[in-house]
Amino acid sequence: MKKTIITLEDVWKIYVMGHVEVAALQGVSLDVYQGEFVSIMGPSGSGKSTAVNMVGCLDIPTKGRILLDGKDISHLDESDLAQIRGKKIGFIFQQFNLLPTLTALENVSLPMIFQGIPADARAARAEQLLTIVQLKDRMNHRPSELSGGQQQRVAIARSLANDPEVILADEPTGNLDTHTGENVLDFLHELNRKHKKTIVMVTHDPHLAKRADRIILLKDGQVVKKL
Amino acid sequence: MLRDYFFYAAKNLLKRKLRTWLTMIGIFIGIAAVVSLISLGQGMRNAILGQFETLGTDKLTVEASGTGFGPPGSTVIKPLTLDDRDAIEQVPGVELVVNRMIRSVSFEYHDIRNFEGITNLPEEDKERALVLDVLNVKLAEGKMIDSSDQGKVVLGSGFSRDTRYGKAIHAGNKVLIGGAAFEVAGVLKRSGNPFFNDIILMNEARFREVLNIEEDVDLLVVQVKEGADVPQVQANIEKVMRRQRDVEKGKEDFTVQSPLQTLATLDTILTTVQTILVGIAAISLIVGGIGIMNTMYTSVLERTREIGIMKAIGAKNSDVLLIFLTESGLLGMAGGLVGIALGVGLAKLVEVAGAAALGEGVLVAQFSMMLIIGSLLFSFIVGTVSGIVPSYQASQLEPVDALRK
Repeated sequence: MKKTIITLEDVWKIYVMGHVEVAALQGVSLDVYQGEFVSIMGPSGSGKSTAVNMVGCLDIPTKGRILLDGKDISHLDESDLAQIRGKKIGFIFQQFNLLPTLTALENVSLPMIFQGIPADARAARAEQLLTIVQLKDRMNHRPSELSGGQQQRVAIARSLANDPEVILADEPTGNLDTHTGENVLDFLHELNRKHKKTIVMVTHDPHLAKRADRIILLKDGQVVKKL
Repeated sequence: MLRDYFFYAAKNLLKRKLRTWLTMIGIFIGIAAVVSLISLGQGMRNAILGQFETLGTDKLTVEASGTGFGPPGSTVIKPLTLDDRDAIEQVPGVELVVNRMIRSVSFEYHDIRNFEGITNLPEEDKERALVLDVLNVKLAEGKMIDSSDQGKVVLGSGFSRDTRYGKAIHAGNKVLIGGAAFEVAGVLKRSGNPFFNDIILMNEARFREVLNIEEDVDLLVVQVKEGADVPQVQANIEKVMRRQRDVEKGKEDFTVQSPLQTLATLDTILTTVQTILVGIAAISLIVGGIGIMNTMYTSVLERTREIGIMKAIGAKNSDVLLIFLTESGLLGMAGGLVGIALGVGLAKLVEVAGAAALGEGVLVAQFSMMLIIGSLLFSFIVGTVSGIVPSYQASQLEPVDALRK
């Protein structure tokens, strides 16, 4: 039987805007299994980003439970959540989100600093990861000196820094041209197949979504279909 | 980890060079002012206190109480007399009593007349030696007068250095003092005490004749016997003087002071002046601190997204707090470093100007290790404290909100 790594149980997220309450998620329940590649799809405003924030421990639900590795994280404080994120989850964002003042190598090392890993071990691991994403020769460049595709590959390397179980990719190809986007997706696939990482990818592109094992379709804050 | 934060902070500050410099100005002006004021203040203190050291701790001075400012004895109601002096000489523990007088007198040379300061030299050898020791003056030319040289005087360096009398006065020249003719036997070397540079030294007998003084004495310097208890001798002198001048305890019209007391009084005054000056300089540091706070607020606003990223990849609130605190502390400390360099330069400049005006080695700025390390530490603290509120605000940002910026 497949092991569940993330479970959302009847998760609600309600934002209060002035006097109006907006429910971004309305009772979402879903499971992510270890080692699978799952896509979350839906039109804008469907709540897919909110859902992925919940899965990534970036946000806590107004109602409902989130289980990570069987542990309820719905009521943890920010510092505990940060600890969990640092260890168990790797993030890849649409805008790459690298720190502009740091080189590729330093960007990849950063998550390891927060986990208290010694400098030597950090540098060795960061170099190894940049080699995997084929950027060893660019590791001392700053983000502004790299192309979009290269920046996203640095971000992929960074997401692997602490050897997390889950990689969350929020529209990872959204800022890239088709060819580069495909290339980045190839890397994600490789992570899934070769490195056995669980991948949750948010996208609105059906073509990309199809490359996942499974697609979860969201609309108006609810799961409408699981393919 | 702190080393990494330090490194990251330095990178961020270097990225915004102009802003970093502008922010640091407030700190470095403050620190430069503090460093230069304290080092020069310490130098000034050493210069002044150094004058006292020549007096020694085994001497006491007796003065009649004055009504205002002026040379010792010049404003008193009831002056000291030679009788007072004789009475003090009888007090047990007293080795020697020397009367000192400082007056002004008309001085004429090269048909130009002015008033100049003049002081007496006792005829008795031991007393004379004590006075010369206390004055700590050295000859630049000619020779010192002895008690038989009643028609001769010794002049301060000022007389030979400037031309206030049309031309410089040297040993061998003839001058008129109080209308009487004198020969200049010698001229003194330039002294750290500007007063001694314009003084006339004259034997006491002639001094009293020329200035028409019979019994009065301006100041008595008492040499205490070796091994005697100075405070006890001081108390005994006070007792004798009360009887001598017929005054009750607490209503004395004279004071007996030891150089140590004078030193302590002077030290208190100097410390007060210095504290006020440093206090004023510290205001600039507060302004500098507010500058840092403002910059850190701007930085937190600008880097909200960066904070979100760091939190997403595992930075705890405490990590973010520490990162920003390191940055503001570094900003303060860098400002401090520049400030110290500037302050040292400024003090050295004043020292050079002082050497030209007062003479070499009189005012020497003192840079103690404590001053340098203290300033650096203080600037670091100002930076860190100013960063507390903005850094706390940064640490409390919700990652989801921060990432949306």
